[in-house]
Amino acid sequence: MGERTILTGNDAAALAFMHVNPDVAAVFPITPQTELMHQFTQYVADGEVDTELIPVESEHSAMSAALASALSGARTITASSSAGLALMWEMLYVTASSRAPVVMVDVNRALSAPINIHCDHSDSMGARDAGWIQIFSENTQESYDNAIQAFRIAEHSDVQLPVMVTLDGFILSHTMEVLEILDRETVQKFVGEYNITTKLLDFDNPVTMGPLALTPHYFECKRQQIEAMENARKVILDIGKEYGRISGRSYGYFEEYKLDDAEVGVMVLGSTAGTAKVAVDLARDKGIKAGLLKLRVFRPFPGNEIVEAIKHLKALAVMDRSASFGLTGGPVFNEVRSASYGAGIDTLISSVIYGLGGRDTYPEQIADLLDKVRADADAGKVRDVQRFVGLRE
Amino acid sequence: MNDEDRLLPWHEQSTAGLIPEAGNARKYETGGWRTYLPIRDGEKCVQCLRCYFVCPDSSVLMSDEGKVLVEFDLRYCKGCGICASECPPKAQAIKMLYEADLEKGGE
Repeated sequence: MGERTILTGNDAAALAFMHVNPDVAAVFPITPQTELMHQFTQYVADGEVDTELIPVESEHSAMSAALASALSGARTITASSSAGLALMWEMLYVTASSRAPVVMVDVNRALSAPINIHCDHSDSMGARDAGWIQIFSENTQESYDNAIQAFRIAEHSDVQLPVMVTLDGFILSHTMEVLEILDRETVQKFVGEYNITTKLLDFDNPVTMGPLALTPHYFECKRQQIEAMENARKVILDIGKEYGRISGRSYGYFEEYKLDDAEVGVMVLGSTAGTAKVAVDLARDKGIKAGLLKLRVFRPFPGNEIVEAIKHLKALAVMDRSASFGLTGGPVFNEVRSASYGAGIDTLISSVIYGLGGRDTYPEQIADLLDKVRADADAGKVRDVQRFVGLRE
Repeated sequence: MNDEDRLLPWHEQSTAGLIPEAGNARKYETGGWRTYLPIRDGEKCVQCLRCYFVCPDSSVLMSDEGKVLVEFDLRYCKGCGICASECPPKAQAIKMLYEADLEKGGE
């Protein structure tokens, strides 16, 4: 259906944005996101897009400009990483709460200190309660595909929430991979016109946005946001299927790899899912009936569907590329274990923290982990609820 | 948002607190914020109209003939005192009085 090419994750996301041709981009550079917007600004300079580019003075300004632009009636993008995303913090909440369907790519990078430019998920995971839809990418192909679908999900009238598509810093952002791309017309037809219900620059229907809402009204606004996130569940699946019809690649909440007949499993999101597939094969060679659940959509969290997919497993290790200090396990582990509570399943769920600050994770390490998970299953209990992979111990 | 609006269930309230009606600040009567009350002395007032232009709440009322009236629009007057501050020193026609004292029958 599409053309095969070779691109880095950053360039693939920039190409997706070029194919969408948004009205406004408000951006500030930060490693490892810089090349993404560098490439996009080249499209602007070359006249390949009609985008109004706002080179703002900080990420706080980037998100402020993006949110105002999206509410004004312009399809708007931005991108960031790590400290940049952290500086957007206040406006991340305002964007989601104001129901501004901004599309952002977060190129996952560790938060300081010590300063580190490499991949982990502490930046995007920290934003998990900001009210953004969050979609993780395994490879360059998914970076491109997710960035395109994000617009339809964000702008859907039942949703109208911002979407954060993430791709792993350097591992994806700076690595050339073969992918299949669509042509611009197909993407244009898929995303359609930007048409949100109420636009600030609709002079025939003047409105006030972002008013003060104190005790009599604020709670109801939050309940509306909860509902929009619930509505996003169906929209994400519908758009994932519809995208499959134009690209041959359909998307759901997660991908299962050899999970059907598995007895033990690992769950991971982002680029390590590719490594984990090799690890599952290695474990199966050693006689362990292993499987993988690769989570794609983290917000809204598909708890019921995950429980359904893992309920036959004797044991499961949930791998987090970020820590939640003072709590056992990272965010994904806690969500999965919480979703399992009261669901009538006996799967022994343990937590694994790996790859912080870009530490490499090898197939053999995950295969070794699967061996430990099998030993949990044999023992009939989680022997070590918190494991670390790749840490010098 | 206006507290006097009917309080609707969450699914009927406007999305994200959006106010679909233009110019409805008129409904928000800020007079309730007032601590100090402006009192104009009609004898001292020289009709320079400074208070009319500087009032942030359009609470200085004017006659059809273009003269400011002694009364202020107390539905909106917050008692900020800008009118008294801007009244020319030679006139000093506007005084700000502590409203609670007036209610107690004081000055």
